[in-house]
Amino acid sequence: MRRVQTLLLILLAWTAGVRTTAGAAPPSEPGIRQVLRWANDAEGGAPFIFHPPDNPDQLVGFEVELAQALCDRLGCTSQFVQYNWANLIPGLRQGGNYDIIIAALERTPENLAQVAMSRPYFTFGQQLVARTQDTNIQSLKDLAGRRIGVLASTLSYRLATRQPGLEVRVYDENVNYFRDLELGRIDAVLTDSPIATVQLKNRPNLRAAGPSFAPAHYAIAVPIGSPELLTRINETLGSLIQDGTLERIYRRYELWGPQQAALATWTAEAVATTTSGASTAATRPTPVPMLRYLTILLEAAVTTLWVSLTSMALAMSWGLGLALARCHGPKPLRWMATLYIEVFRGTPLLLQLYFIYFGLAQQWGWKLSAGAAAVLTLGLNYAANEAENFRAGLEAIPRGQTEAALALGLSPVMTLRRILLPQALRISLPGITNDLIALFKDSSIVSVIGLVELTKEFLIRSQDAGDYIGLGILTAAIYLAMGHAASRGARAIERRLRT
Amino acid sequence: MIEIVGLRKRFGAVTVLDGVDHQQAAGEVVALIGPSGCGKSTLLRCLNWLETPDAGSLRLGDVRIEAGTPEAADRRLRQRLRRRTGMIFQQFHLFPHRTALENVMEAPVYVDRLPHSEALALAMGLLAKVGLSDRAHHLPSQLSGGQQQRVAIARALAMNPRILLCDEPTSALDPELRDEVLTVLKTLASEGMTLLLVTHELAFARDIAHRVVFLEGGRVVESGPTRAVLDQPQHPRLQEFLGKHRFAPR
Repeated sequence: MRRVQTLLLILLAWTAGVRTTAGAAPPSEPGIRQVLRWANDAEGGAPFIFHPPDNPDQLVGFEVELAQALCDRLGCTSQFVQYNWANLIPGLRQGGNYDIIIAALERTPENLAQVAMSRPYFTFGQQLVARTQDTNIQSLKDLAGRRIGVLASTLSYRLATRQPGLEVRVYDENVNYFRDLELGRIDAVLTDSPIATVQLKNRPNLRAAGPSFAPAHYAIAVPIGSPELLTRINETLGSLIQDGTLERIYRRYELWGPQQAALATWTAEAVATTTSGASTAATRPTPVPMLRYLTILLEAAVTTLWVSLTSMALAMSWGLGLALARCHGPKPLRWMATLYIEVFRGTPLLLQLYFIYFGLAQQWGWKLSAGAAAVLTLGLNYAANEAENFRAGLEAIPRGQTEAALALGLSPVMTLRRILLPQALRISLPGITNDLIALFKDSSIVSVIGLVELTKEFLIRSQDAGDYIGLGILTAAIYLAMGHAASRGARAIERRLRT
Repeated sequence: MIEIVGLRKRFGAVTVLDGVDHQQAAGEVVALIGPSGCGKSTLLRCLNWLETPDAGSLRLGDVRIEAGTPEAADRRLRQRLRRRTGMIFQQFHLFPHRTALENVMEAPVYVDRLPHSEALALAMGLLAKVGLSDRAHHLPSQLSGGQQQRVAIARALAMNPRILLCDEPTSALDPELRDEVLTVLKTLASEGMTLLLVTHELAFARDIAHRVVFLEGGRVVESGPTRAVLDQPQHPRLQEFLGKHRFAPR
């Protein structure tokens, strides 16, 4: 326990050091330069920003064209910066990467607390999407006890989590949840209306469930404390709306309607009051209820724990089989085991996860749940490592042990079980423990198929709370505690195996 | 008790056993001597099928195997052969993850399926016989080499073998630890155990063996009563071999 405390102290000292150095350099206001760097995530897809399927070299979408029109009018060169959508706001606050964000950011109090936002450039609503044959789903209320997919850190996410009785599955990008909805893994998707419009076009077995609701706006995000840039963007956006440029762009994507026409009625005063409210909110951050967040993170850690432990159990048993096949099996079996190990060690985990979760469903209709797919992928992948750990253990045992056992009359199976495996396990255990601790961390990859585990929960909560250090230390402490428990457990097993 | 006829064994291009014949009566103690690489260890290991001979036949008590026949590949026959023999290794090969007592109990419990209490009594008796009652709960790593070898002897005796095969049982031991192992083996010999031991301790061979067999190039070059072979060697190769062991006392 004392070792963990020391580690935490070092971590605290380090983060404190980082904080003071970061505070020493005040962010300089980016005025209008020759080049305006605007950020978005090309994974966002149609109609925002996408590569048309027939021309993958091109980047199009209404936000791409809006950025271009904006820069043209401002008289500067437009430069697109690719950035992970979930991290766009922290990236802007940190500065240096890009000047503004045009990426379907909602003009909500949560976002306004962290960045300044321009007048809206798009009005959207929340659209519930369900399968065509599920005719009784018309609103969130009809979904009690059923599963709904939403994008992380969005208005949809907040609305879905506020509705009692829903099982909310959180996704990282907005194509996978439509696929899961078609496959029956979830019962509905709550998303922004333009996303729903585009996705429903190519998915005949899905339908819009009920009218869109909770209208809100997308706006351009600008760093807090750069009023000159904000004013220029607001003015330019206003002129693009007034002279019909925006309408022409939106019509190309079939997005124009009375809601968008109403954007012109936004007054400069209304925009000014809301943005100024934001900057005061940002200077006085609300205190974060750490104890509440600790329970939230601990709940997420339970997911991390069961995914990791179940995967490791699978990896160890399957890996033992592979190691035995490789050390003692007949030649074809030995060859197949070697091939398996090479393939699973040599290809990315993420690729394997997508193959198992989406590939199997698409090709053979094997619709694994997210949990099963996560455990299966991590288990199959780590089995390759464990097989090599076991092989190292088995090969380290002197040949005399087998001979002594056989000479006593033990059968080959008994020799393996009673004499070789306990000794091999003892030798392999440090490597296996390492892998288990690595697995605690690697299991965060399953967040891409909608499982919220510890790292994902940290990402969501730190963004909501705007606190990376406090929640980061909490999260790190939970990981350390799990790793510490694993090594303690391993040492206890070592003692029982003796030698 | 032991009857070996025309035993051959090759490792790749090297012929290790080139037609070995050997007979040994029950209760007889025979020492196998010879220069290193002469095949004496291989011969011993063929007797409990740790090595599979290429040709020849083998009889241990009531078990008979003809090398190269389909019956020889039968696991049960091999098992019966191993039930007749116990083996002592140069490097002891105790199971390092089990105590002295558990080492001795392993085969009675997991081969003979003896009830735990019976196996425990048997094992404690054997540890007492080799003088290690007070070391029963020690791990091999906590025992001296001589003590480890005595545990190994107790472990082999636990299966009540008719023949004890000893492969250089004292070579890995310091001189002062040798005696305790030799004493145990001598006691076994005096109790009528059939012993076939590979050794290069001629003093010990002289002390314990009824007969000595000199092996060279995979063949029996000379064999006979201990004193005759060691004191009046007939074959020039044996004379040369004994000449190198100048310290062999007469």
